[in-house]
Amino acid sequence: MDLKYSPTARPTDEERAAVDDLLGPPESGWDGGDGRDGDTLRWARGGRAARDRRDLLLPGLHALNDRIGWLSPGALDYLCRRLTVPPAEAYGVATFYSLFSVAPRPATVLRVCTDLACAAKGSAEVCAGLERELGPAGTPSEGAVWQPSPCLGLCERAPAALAVRAGTPAPATAVVAPATPGTAAAAARAPQDAAPEPYAEEAVPQAGSPGLVLLRQVGTVDPASLDDYRAHGGYAALRRAFALGPAGVIREVTEAGLVGRGGAAFPTGRKWDATARQPDHPHYLICNADESEPGTFKDRVLMEGDPYALVEAMTIAGYATGAHHGYLYLRGEYPRALARIQYAIDQARARGLLGDDVLGQGYAFDIEIRRGAGAYICGEETAIFNSIEGQRGEPRSKPPFPVEKGLFGKPTAVNNVETLVNVLSILERGAAAYAATGTEGSTGTKLFCVSGAVARPGIYELPFGVTLGGLLETAGGCTGTPRAVLLGGTAGGFVRPDELDIPLTFEGTRAAGTTLGSGVVMVLDETVDLPRILLRIAEFFRDESCGQCVPCRVGTVRQEEALLRIKDRTGAAAADDIALLREVGRAMRDASICGLGQTAWNAVESAIDRLGVYQ
Amino acid sequence: MTAVPLQPPRRLIEFTLDGEAVRVPEGATILDACRAAGKDVPTLCQGDTLTPKNACRVCVVEVEGARTLAPACSRRAEPGMAVRTDTERARHSRKVVLELLASSVDLSTTPRAEEWIKEYEAKPERFGAEAARMNEAPKVDNDRYVRDYDKCILCYKCVDACGEQWQNTFAIAVAGRGFDARIAAEQDAALPDSACVYCGNCIEVCPTGALSFKSEFDLRAAGEWDEERQAETTTVCAYCGVGCNLTLHVQDNEIVKVTSPHDNPVTHGNLCIKGRFGYQHVQNRD
Ligand SMILES: Cc1cc2nc3c(=O)[nH]c(=O)nc-3n(C[C@H](O)[C@H](O)[C@H](O)COP(=O)(O)O)c2cc1C
Ligand code: SF4
Ligand code: SF4
Ligand code: SF4
Ligand code: FES
Ligand code: FES
Repeated sequence: MDLKYSPTARPTDEERAAVDDLLGPPESGWDGGDGRDGDTLRWARGGRAARDRRDLLLPGLHALNDRIGWLSPGALDYLCRRLTVPPAEAYGVATFYSLFSVAPRPATVLRVCTDLACAAKGSAEVCAGLERELGPAGTPSEGAVWQPSPCLGLCERAPAALAVRAGTPAPATAVVAPATPGTAAAAARAPQDAAPEPYAEEAVPQAGSPGLVLLRQVGTVDPASLDDYRAHGGYAALRRAFALGPAGVIREVTEAGLVGRGGAAFPTGRKWDATARQPDHPHYLICNADESEPGTFKDRVLMEGDPYALVEAMTIAGYATGAHHGYLYLRGEYPRALARIQYAIDQARARGLLGDDVLGQGYAFDIEIRRGAGAYICGEETAIFNSIEGQRGEPRSKPPFPVEKGLFGKPTAVNNVETLVNVLSILERGAAAYAATGTEGSTGTKLFCVSGAVARPGIYELPFGVTLGGLLETAGGCTGTPRAVLLGGTAGGFVRPDELDIPLTFEGTRAAGTTLGSGVVMVLDETVDLPRILLRIAEFFRDESCGQCVPCRVGTVRQEEALLRIKDRTGAAAADDIALLREVGRAMRDASICGLGQTAWNAVESAIDRLGVYQ
Repeated sequence: MTAVPLQPPRRLIEFTLDGEAVRVPEGATILDACRAAGKDVPTLCQGDTLTPKNACRVCVVEVEGARTLAPACSRRAEPGMAVRTDTERARHSRKVVLELLASSVDLSTTPRAEEWIKEYEAKPERFGAEAARMNEAPKVDNDRYVRDYDKCILCYKCVDACGEQWQNTFAIAVAGRGFDARIAAEQDAALPDSACVYCGNCIEVCPTGALSFKSEFDLRAAGEWDEERQAETTTVCAYCGVGCNLTLHVQDNEIVKVTSPHDNPVTHGNLCIKGRFGYQHVQNRD
């Protein structure tokens, strides 16, 4: 490499400390220390060993952002020297993520969700109020800056906002939901003084009811206490796993009929089996906790409410697939989930439930949390690999598939949080008992993220097969006159209020021409301006496209432009643009590299065809 | 690829291409098979000296049984697969890709773009005069070459050539995301402040003319660039013992740009600053 570092950009002491706290002090002038003399004068340091640490680039960027609030040229240059990363590449990575800024900005950033559920619950008023209190979005005022944000995963408490103040030893964060202009502005001025968040179980209206499987411990077991978790039957599943052996675990999971809950509905047993069989080593396990699909917040509630369950489930998955290292890729905007899971991992490690010899069974496994930094696309399973490896979070083309060549080019199983937590009950009760719930094609229970115009928004757990109407009834019914229900998130589709008999199963939604996706069920009532909602969806995809392939990079822009043109039009006046949307949408679906571009037009199409918007 | 003798013969793969049985060596792409069969599939981001990035999607074809279309440039042929190159579905995506590109980027110096736009009946103007474009002014920050990113289709070829696939300099990368993504040095710096060593290997692979010799850029600006009037002479670089091949493009008795044959088994079209840009002494007539 012809590495050329900046001759002028210098890190401040604070920036240097932020990086050194993560990486340790530099050894010599070769990696950013003071000068080269004595022993270090003649021998170049760095090379392959330093490049092998490229995966620390993203944690390094976070360390700087957490402490300073932005990434100065001097700070980036120093991080590059420490890791032997070409500065152009680091700049490309830093500018990929929306939580980072390479331009100076105040230490406090307030993100106000303007996405679907929040828009339906008054985010526009919050924004208008903030303009009065703090000035326009993006302009610093009183040591803070506010900006609109895609869904923050707090939809049950819409409208939501998240304030983060960079500083030492850790950034101060404030989750404000439901937000008013007043509480949001106060959080921007003093995030450390914001009222504490409600307990995680407040997002689970069914908390404590019998019959819950995935949510049974949320609200009944202390999420901080490993002893409490064990006293409620925790780690029985892992013991059973050790008794069954890896192949036995995979057999149970396959027989249980578990399929992935991250959106693609792939059979988990098959994925694990394919990973376990790969002769290449090491194998990796990744838990996908990036949860950025607008309207989705189930993984957050699981991680906040029952963190040890995920730690145990990841250990089992690692054991079954032959991995000794697991990564938990956590959405960057989830401060409480981060704290809870990190604490749970540390406790588990201290008690021998992670580490060199898990439960004294001679199996080594550990979990490392990697934080995302504001990029929906990084939830795509191959984009996660690039993100963890310190590259831009762009999807890779398949084949090769992750089970063959995944993280660091090694066999990797990627699973969603909810998918993994299901494994506990499969092992505790056995595959047959697990599969007795639900339908033949969709076994077990499902978490639904209910938001919008319903009496009791939140996470609901119901057996597969419940109808849409049944679910909404459990959530207390609709408030107002329903106009549409969004199933599966922005990558899913709208259905009409007269379609409440759709069975909520993978096969049932497919037969009805829609999808379960990540379990989003968002009710929009008649007060909602649908063309505006569609415009927001198009804006989301335009913002979140990684930019790699033409159909998605430019197609999402052209779709947004067309939806803007017809936002107040109907009938013949909208027909040309609808035809244009269809043509572009078809090419996006057919020719995009990854699921983002392939599904970006789904919701808008369903709104046109099923709801008859613009008629 | 470098010709390495004494390899075991590669297995042949048999599959159907537009209804006809074809056989290609194992590892060949659908595009290889198309070209061997004399079929013309448009390509932009594919490069004969680079690993396909399959970013532009103009080469998509229909693989029977697949949910989505497949990029011919990178999808390897598999035994028994049935591929159709000219279906309405594939042609539709190609047409839209061309429209999306032509409505956002200046394709005036992209070879064959105009021909394909006609062939696929693409109508980039239908997105309206307000359609967002790259909107970049040419970056003229050194005497050797110009980066006119208004013509850039973000094919990643320059980045791959500058980085791990050839030059190993890593002076440029993609920065930003989505429609705002651009090729840039760190902090969007001018080339003289970057790690660039002016090998020009990025220019060699750029499929759009976004990267061009300053001499070409100036002649085009003056309206004097005329390939009809140019002669190409391939010779050997006189600077060092490697002996790279140079192709000198000469217009009106002046060298206007230097390329290098991609089929050279040693250098694959890559040069260093001396071979690429060090020709002034040839033109020194005093
Ligand atoms: C654009 C995009 C975003 C995605 N985001 C997530 C996510 O946040 N969480 C998730 O579990 N899966 C997400 N997925 C699905 C993953 O690619 C993958 O299918 C899933 O993590 C596999 O786990 P599972 O089999 O347990 O569902 C996303 C897919 C796409 C195309
Ligand atoms: S479909 Fe969109 S997000 Fe996916 S690779 Fe292409 S540009 Fe990136
Ligand atoms: S001239 Fe060479 S070093 Fe400079 S950007 Fe192009 S490929 Fe990289
Ligand atoms: S400058 Fe040329 S080679 Fe580089 S991405 Fe743009 S079009 Fe491709
Ligand atoms: S938090 Fe606002 S839509 Fe999800
Ligand atoms: S040439 Fe195949 S995707 Fe660009």
